[in-house]
Amino acid sequence: MTAVTLANNPGESTAPLEAIKTYGATITKLVAVPLAGILVFLLLWSVAAQNIDTSLGKFPGPNAVWEQFGALYQEHQTERTKEAAFYERQQVRNAKRVAEDPTYVPKIRAYTGKETFLDQIGTSLVTVMSGFLLAAVLAIPLGIAVGLSKTLNTAVNPIIQVFKPVSPLAWLPLVTMVVSALYVSPDPLVPKSFLNSMITVTLCCIWPMVINTSVGVASIDSDLVNVSRVLRLPALRHVQKIVLPASIPMIFTGMRLSLGVAWMVLIAAEMLAQNPGLGKFVWDEFQNGSSDSLGRIMAAVIVIGFIGFLLDRGMLQLQRFVSWDKASSSR
Amino acid sequence: MSALLDISHIDMVFPTPKGPFTALQDVDLKINKGEFVSLIGHSGCGKSTVLNVVAGLYQATNGGVILNGKEVSEPGPERAVVFQNHSLLPWLTAYQNVELAVKQVFKKTKSKSEMKAWIEHNLHLVHMDHAMHKRPDEISGGMKQRVGIARALAMQPDILLMDEPFGALDALTRAHMQDSLMEIQNELNNTVIMITHDVDEAVLLSDRIVMMTNGPAATIGEILDINLERPRDRLALAEDHEYTRLRSEVLKFLYEKQRKITTIDHNNKPESTSGDLNGKPLGQKPKVA
Repeated sequence: MTAVTLANNPGESTAPLEAIKTYGATITKLVAVPLAGILVFLLLWSVAAQNIDTSLGKFPGPNAVWEQFGALYQEHQTERTKEAAFYERQQVRNAKRVAEDPTYVPKIRAYTGKETFLDQIGTSLVTVMSGFLLAAVLAIPLGIAVGLSKTLNTAVNPIIQVFKPVSPLAWLPLVTMVVSALYVSPDPLVPKSFLNSMITVTLCCIWPMVINTSVGVASIDSDLVNVSRVLRLPALRHVQKIVLPASIPMIFTGMRLSLGVAWMVLIAAEMLAQNPGLGKFVWDEFQNGSSDSLGRIMAAVIVIGFIGFLLDRGMLQLQRFVSWDKASSSR
Repeated sequence: MSALLDISHIDMVFPTPKGPFTALQDVDLKINKGEFVSLIGHSGCGKSTVLNVVAGLYQATNGGVILNGKEVSEPGPERAVVFQNHSLLPWLTAYQNVELAVKQVFKKTKSKSEMKAWIEHNLHLVHMDHAMHKRPDEISGGMKQRVGIARALAMQPDILLMDEPFGALDALTRAHMQDSLMEIQNELNNTVIMITHDVDEAVLLSDRIVMMTNGPAATIGEILDINLERPRDRLALAEDHEYTRLRSEVLKFLYEKQRKITTIDHNNKPESTSGDLNGKPLGQKPKVA
C-alpha cells in the first residue's frame, strides 16, 4: 500500500526501498529478536550448567539435554519393535497350537513393557483433556444458571469462593479413596489411576470456569435482554440465542485459564500419586538417579512447557473460530 | 374514534436507598391509530420511563396501559421497541438480527420463503438491502439504527416505540434518518411513540408533541398538535411560519415554563429540588450515547 501511494511522489525511486525496509524491520522483529533471546538463554544455561555439580554429575547443559531427546526417542522405537516382536511371536505360537489342536481358542496377551517417554506424554494429554472436558460439561451449565439467577448466585457463591483457592492436590487423597471405594469393577473400562488424575484436573478446572461463565452471563448488556423480553423468547431459546453467544468470550477466558492451571496441576498430581504420565516419568527418573537422569528430567521440563504453550495456543485458535468477538480473542 | 393506546393515569415510584422516588405522577395520554406522537422534555424527566411502561419492561406503580382494549402486563412484539443504542446482537448479521424477530413472531403464520421475503422487504424499507449480510461492527451507527428499525417494523407491531432513536447519531446522519422514517411512515402509517431531545425532530415528524414537566413527579405539561401537511419537506418548512411558530411553542415550554431551576453555574444549593435519582442537578446528567 505504502509503495503505491508513494509512487506518485517525486521521490518515487525510494518507494520500493522503503517497502523493503519495513518488511525487513518486521522480519527482524518477528524472527531475529526472539532468536537472539533464545541464544542468550542457551548460552547462560550452558555456562551455569558447567558450574553446577550435583551428586548425579554435572547439571545438564543444552547439549546433554539434546542427546537425551535422541535417546528417549530411540528407547521409544526399541520398545515399539519389542512390542511388535512380542505380538508376532504370540501369533506364530497360537497359529501352531491351532494347527495341532483345532478346538483350541487362541488367547492374545497384552504387551506389558515399560511405558516410554512418548507414551507418558500421550497419557498426560489424554488425562488433561478428559478432565478438562468433564469440567466444561459440568461448569458451563452451572455457570449459566448461576449467572442468570441472583438467588442461585448468592447460594453458590460462598461454596465456590471457599473451594476455589484449594489446591487440587489437597483433594487427591480424598479422590483416590473415593474412587477406590466406588469404582469397583472386575473389568474396568479405564484404570483407577487415570480416573484419579482426571478427577483432580476436573476439580481444578471447574471453579475458574464457573466463575467466568457466571460473570459473563450476569454482565450481558441489559438492552440485549430487553430485546429478548420484547420478542418473548422462551427461556431455553433465550439462553441459546442471547445468553450463550453473549458470554462466549468470558467462557473462553475461563477455559483458557483453567486449562493452563490444569496442565500444571496434572504433572504434580502424577508425581505425587505415581499415576502414569509425564509427572511419573519425572519422578521415576529422579528416583532412578543415573547420570542421565537430570538430562532426561530437563527434557521432560521442556516438553511440558511446550505442550502447555500449545494447549494455550490451541484454545486461542478455538476461541477465534467460535467467538464473534474477535477483539477479545486477539490477546 | 376510540384510542388504540390508553396510558391511563400512571404513577411510577422507584424504591431507592433514600426512600421512594416518584418519577412519574398521573401521566394520562390517549393515542389514536396511525398517530405519530413525540415525547419531549429535559433529561431525566421520565420520558423513557413512560416508554418502558408502555413497552411492559416496567410495571407502573398505579394506573395502567391499555392497548387494543387489553391491559399491558409484560413486554411483547406487538409493542416493538427501537432502542437508543440499536441493541443489535453483535454476533448476528443484519439479516439474522431481523430473522430472530421474524422467526419468533411469525413462526406459525409464515412459511420459510415468506419469512425470507418479509425480512428482505423490511431491510429494503430501511435501505439496508446492500449490507444485510454484514455484522453490526462492520456498519456505521446510522446503518445499525436502520437495522434496529427494520427489526422493529418486521414484528408488525400495533405500536412502535422509539427511545431517542437518533440520539447517538451526528446531525447529518440524523436528518437522513428522519427523512427515511417519514418515507416509511408515509407507506405504513404506523402508530409511533418517539422520545426525543430534539425540537426540530419533534416538529418535523410528529402529529402531536407531548411536552413533559421536569421531574421528580413528572407529568404531561402541554400537548401541541402539529397540523403541518404531509409529506413534509425540511427545506420548505424552514421558511414556513406555522413551523416556526410550533417550534417556538416547544422552545418556550422547555426554556421558559419548564426552565431548570437548578443553579448549577451560580450557587449550588443542596435544597435544590430538581435532581435526578443520584441527587445531581438534572442539567448535568450526561447524555447516554
